Amino acid sequence: MIRIIKFVILDIIKNRIVLAYTLLLAIFAWSAFSLEDTSAKGVLSLLNIILLTVPLVSVLFTTIYIYNSAEFVELLTSQPIKRTKIWISLFAGLACSMSMAFLLGAGIPLFVYAETTLSIIMVSIGILVSLVFVSLAFFSASITRDKAKGIGVSIMLWLYFALLFDALVLFLLFQLSDYPIEKMMVGITASSPIDLARILILLHLDVSAMMGYTGAIFKKFFGTTTGMSIAFLLLTLWIAIPYLISLRIFRKKDL
Amino acid sequence: MRIFLSYILLICFVQSTYSKTIWVGKNHKFSSITPAIKAAENGDTVIVESGFYKEGNIVIDKSITFLGVGMPIIDGDRKFEVITIRASYVTVKGFQVQHSGYATLDDPGGIKVYNSKHVQILDNYLYDNFFGIYIQQGKHCLIKNNRIIAFGKAEQEIGNGIHCWKSDSLLVIGNHITGNRDGIYFEFVTNSVIWRNVSVNNIRYGLHFMFSHNDAYFTNIFKNNGAGVAVMYTKNVTMMNNTFIENWGDAAYGLLLKEISDSYIYNNRFVNNTSAIFLDGASRIRVEKNLFKSNGWGMKIQANGMDNVVTQNNFIRNTFDISTNGTLVLSTFDGNYWDRYEGYDLDKDRIGDVPYRPLSLFSVIVEINPPAMLLYRSFMVTLLDKSERILPSLTPDNFIDNTPLMRPLPL
Repeated sequence: MIRIIKFVILDIIKNRIVLAYTLLLAIFAWSAFSLEDTSAKGVLSLLNIILLTVPLVSVLFTTIYIYNSAEFVELLTSQPIKRTKIWISLFAGLACSMSMAFLLGAGIPLFVYAETTLSIIMVSIGILVSLVFVSLAFFSASITRDKAKGIGVSIMLWLYFALLFDALVLFLLFQLSDYPIEKMMVGITASSPIDLARILILLHLDVSAMMGYTGAIFKKFFGTTTGMSIAFLLLTLWIAIPYLISLRIFRKKDL
Repeated sequence: MRIFLSYILLICFVQSTYSKTIWVGKNHKFSSITPAIKAAENGDTVIVESGFYKEGNIVIDKSITFLGVGMPIIDGDRKFEVITIRASYVTVKGFQVQHSGYATLDDPGGIKVYNSKHVQILDNYLYDNFFGIYIQQGKHCLIKNNRIIAFGKAEQEIGNGIHCWKSDSLLVIGNHITGNRDGIYFEFVTNSVIWRNVSVNNIRYGLHFMFSHNDAYFTNIFKNNGAGVAVMYTKNVTMMNNTFIENWGDAAYGLLLKEISDSYIYNNRFVNNTSAIFLDGASRIRVEKNLFKSNGWGMKIQANGMDNVVTQNNFIRNTFDISTNGTLVLSTFDGNYWDRYEGYDLDKDRIGDVPYRPLSLFSVIVEINPPAMLLYRSFMVTLLDKSERILPSLTPDNFIDNTPLMRPLPL
């Protein structure tokens, strides 16, 4: 298994796209911190990267990579290796390279410029978001054989979580504004990994505004250690569930 | 200490030429305070040596100087008003006054002044009283360098640190107030100055004005109170050089202005408050050269005010710089520094060439629908804000800074 992971990682490095992604992240992060006069603004630019670019690159690259390695996977299945092991190795290799890319590209400038607690939280959330979208890519690549369709599903998922979901929430908020929906909203945010990530960071960036009435409810939930652990657990579930579904499909699939 | 003793000696010397000094203590003729005050006449000095005095209510009804040496403790046994002053030209200095009674009908205080002029209350330590210092119908009184500590848990269970009612020309200087309902409370108090006080951890307001015209407060610190300062139903108040920090909570404001007019807010620092300034029914207020930093909301301006001028302030790292609840704008916001401003300055006069709209669409949305705060900094919201900045449709288009500064003012 380790050998397959090694092979996948080497293949990704040879591919150079992930290297370019790391470099781009690094250039963007360093320039964001050195151009702005305060580190807070740099953190905000990075936040936008975590919420938009990282998911997009993770989901697209992974989907395409899975489709392109279809022949390699077929070759491996002809060997005496369990299918579960193949799929896990593929996931581990991709997850490893995407999170390393984020850690090296955006993590280092964060640790250099931003305060320590905030940078630890941002780096861990960035890595979790990368993994969530790698996992979602596994899901969309496993449900269909058609490459165009699979990539389409990936893009749709990204569009939904990055843009549409917030618009829907905003719409709901206005439709239901006569009801006490604050606590329900906490639950709804759990149904989007990007929103979960954003709110976890928000509680550290805009603490004064979050002490207001509704903010206080979120703060009460997410600000405590239990709330934080629940939020991180939810993000982990967002990694586990799509991956496990894809694993189920892959095990039974006729290649 | 030597200076202090020589000062007392000097007082004794000067006073002895035309009045007498009465000592209270173990080794003196009087071992308790009440008979000593009874024996005194106008202009005398009563000096109390350190010790513990529990004599119920002590009434000062003559113009005497009442001095404590070595912080003598006067205890109200949680039943009585501790020191009552019913005469003018009284000085009370250097006592620890503690454990006054609790009664909501006649509001007993640690030191309470009734209908008197030129009373001075200096260097006392007021510990665990219902009201700390209470001035009722006082004129030309000086309250200076007192420390007031109480342990209130709920608003209705505790009085105010310094409570002034129907008074005129008071000076409240250098006091340190903690744990009361309001740190300093002014009702119908005119022509007075509040200077260099520190008001921390009070349950309701650090400083509270009601119907108190022509007053000023300078260089005070208001930290972590229910709300920093509330100025209500008042006109002509000058607020300068004060610091408002960490007034956190939904109804918590650094500075709450309600039905107030013709006032001047200059060179204050607002840091880490949920809302730095809240203006409700405020008119003809000039807000100048203040620093708004890391607040949830810099200014919340209700649309029911008019002719306010907000100029030459620094708005730095606030979640929202300004929000309002309506579309009517009768105030001006020219010449401030906004750290969100993205314009340019071609003629290098340090004033941005493009006007700045401080009111973001999202702050309007949050005002209408507070739970929307959940979506803050999401891509959708950023997009909405950007498009609104370019083509204002929902936000009032005259909510504008025509001459935004390119660099923060050195405040």
